[in-house]
Amino acid sequence: MNKPARGSLLGIEHLDTKEIVGLLKLARRMNPQKARPLLRGKRVVLLFYEASTRTRSSFEFAAKSLGAMTTLVQSSGSSIEKGESVIDTGYTLRAVGADCIVMRHPSAGAPHLMATHLDIPIINAGDGMHEHPSQALLDAVTILKHKKSFKGLQATIIGDIFHSRVARSACHLLTRFEVKITLCGPPEFVPDVAATLVPGLRVTRHIEDALRGTDVVMLLRVQTERLAGQKIRLQDYIARYQMTAARLKLAKRDAIVMHPGPIIRGLELTAEVADGPQSVIVDEVHNGVPTRMAILARALGKVR
Amino acid sequence: MTRPEQKSLLIKGGHLIDPAARINASMDVLLRDGRVVEVAVPNKIRGGGDEKFDARGLIVAPGFIDLHVHLREPGQSYKETIATGTAAAAAGGFTSVCTMPNTQPVVDTAEWVSWLRQPERGAVVNVFPIAAATRGSKGGTLTDFSALQRAGAVAVTDDGKPILDDDIMRMALRLGAELNLPVVQHAEDTRVTENCSMHAGPTSFRLGLRAMPGSAEATVVDRDVTLAQQIRESRLHVAHLSTSDALKAVRRGKRAKARVTCEITPHHFTLIDENVGEYDTNFKMNPPLRSATDREAILVALADGTVDAIATDHAPHAAHEKQVEFERAAFGITGLETALGLAVTHLHRTHKIPLTRIVELFTSGPARVFDLSGRGSLARGSFADVTIFDPKKRWTFEAANTRSLSRNTPFDGCQLTGKAVATIVAGRIVYGM
Repeated sequence: MNKPARGSLLGIEHLDTKEIVGLLKLARRMNPQKARPLLRGKRVVLLFYEASTRTRSSFEFAAKSLGAMTTLVQSSGSSIEKGESVIDTGYTLRAVGADCIVMRHPSAGAPHLMATHLDIPIINAGDGMHEHPSQALLDAVTILKHKKSFKGLQATIIGDIFHSRVARSACHLLTRFEVKITLCGPPEFVPDVAATLVPGLRVTRHIEDALRGTDVVMLLRVQTERLAGQKIRLQDYIARYQMTAARLKLAKRDAIVMHPGPIIRGLELTAEVADGPQSVIVDEVHNGVPTRMAILARALGKVR
Repeated sequence: MTRPEQKSLLIKGGHLIDPAARINASMDVLLRDGRVVEVAVPNKIRGGGDEKFDARGLIVAPGFIDLHVHLREPGQSYKETIATGTAAAAAGGFTSVCTMPNTQPVVDTAEWVSWLRQPERGAVVNVFPIAAATRGSKGGTLTDFSALQRAGAVAVTDDGKPILDDDIMRMALRLGAELNLPVVQHAEDTRVTENCSMHAGPTSFRLGLRAMPGSAEATVVDRDVTLAQQIRESRLHVAHLSTSDALKAVRRGKRAKARVTCEITPHHFTLIDENVGEYDTNFKMNPPLRSATDREAILVALADGTVDAIATDHAPHAAHEKQVEFERAAFGITGLETALGLAVTHLHRTHKIPLTRIVELFTSGPARVFDLSGRGSLARGSFADVTIFDPKKRWTFEAANTRSLSRNTPFDGCQLTGKAVATIVAGRIVYGM
């Protein structure tokens, strides 16, 4: 066991505010079309134990834009299927020549486990219900493109916060800049304990209360597979929490609507909201590549 | 191990704490032929002692009894063996350990109970097997309690798994009542703890881990206490109790004069859920580390007499079973060598629980729970099992030096006060510093 290597990004919670600010600045300078080959000759492994479209492809583009080589290792079709442990897979990839591992895993804490056994930076690309730091960073970049600064902002996160690593990372990041956050949803999705994550969180069950005066509306996918065992019914959820054009009017006039994707139209939001002028959902995806370029540049020590 | 010792041993100059005999004074103790032959004020014992043990400045106590250990044999000797586990027990000051039946195979027959007690196992302290309550601990059919008891089982349990079915639990308590055999329950409503790896609270939410609510323990204890009250003469022992609500149920049973007992582990009186930190699997056990409020309630119950025993739930695991994702890591930690130090450091020094009470929790308390007659006291005629410890000794526990085969402990590098100096089983010194 050792400390994670410099440049690792395991979560927002333990990241210095100074580092967050640095990453956000760097992300805004990064241009995938005109990238300098900062990472030429570096080998970046994308180690994905779980499905992903956005995160995987944008990390890959980010690495390649900076001149790095990438290889994708997935649980199916690799030794992981044969029962190789996370640590042994890490040792193997290190021995093959990996300079950095971008890792997604269904178990919370798996990137931390990897980072404490390897001497190369580990980037958490989402671990179970724990954190998704690159998503929080790209969301922050997106917010800053539409709002002058975080100062005085109010944000509302609606949906299945309990199961959401995106929500946890967003809460850790935005509260650092004193953004006031309201978490909204039924108790199954937003247990009271959610308010203890960081100081500055508020929980409400009423979407009207949650939306009034907010600057940022962050929606989460309703994971229908998780609803199965829950008491809450889909129709009830839609009736009480779906983001509609009418409800969005309760927010500030210039409020933005965000969603980490994949979105399910007609469930957590209507098509009208998804495609409406306040939606920045596509913009978030767009910001994913420069943000992940910044993360990789920091990880591999070329830009401090 | 229980072979009579020919030579006699005189323990001189120590301070004897024998709660069962209500002794808390300077006393000399003479052991011969595996028994206590005399206990007297200093320098009064004449002509005894082929060998002498100088116990000046030390506490002399009845041999410590651990009601809850996993020594992993048969079947998992890569984690621990009876030889290595009992060596760790001796180093921790324990002279008797009660072994849990969740081995491979499960100890659910008289043959396996006898096997555990054979000299070939290499035990250096007394081993009292607890047998499975149901066949294969599958919760379906009761085992042959009577045959298991005759073979030497001191209790029955499906530890690791709870007996959830009301009818099976009722039948187990009834049969136990007929035989005066305690039924030990691992209280966990597994219907609500599936895939959970720690206690439900702010820490589990922060870490994104599925978690067990305290109520998953309390509801089972509550039901069991109710059954114990209904079934005359039945004996219920609540293993590794960890929540304040479960303590309430135990108090209710005790007030109603039901034969309900409970044990607390050192880690539950020392640590809380926050100590899991960043997914440290050496802080993963079942029941999990609970909230600060639960720990407070446990400290009160240890002091006020609600709790009958401190038991370690010593649960060794190999490194490869712990160095994995938190959710996949095995539940359990080792505990035999740190129990006394943790009790003296946290219960006595920090929380001012008298040493007499702590000794009671390690000796007469557990002896009563499983009716280990002749143990838990040094009254004349008792077995010559003695624990001699230094309550002021400061030391650092190093997992690398453990006598256990495994090193899965959250207390590696921990500074403790209080340590066993000598452990005497049947009149023979099996551990001495």
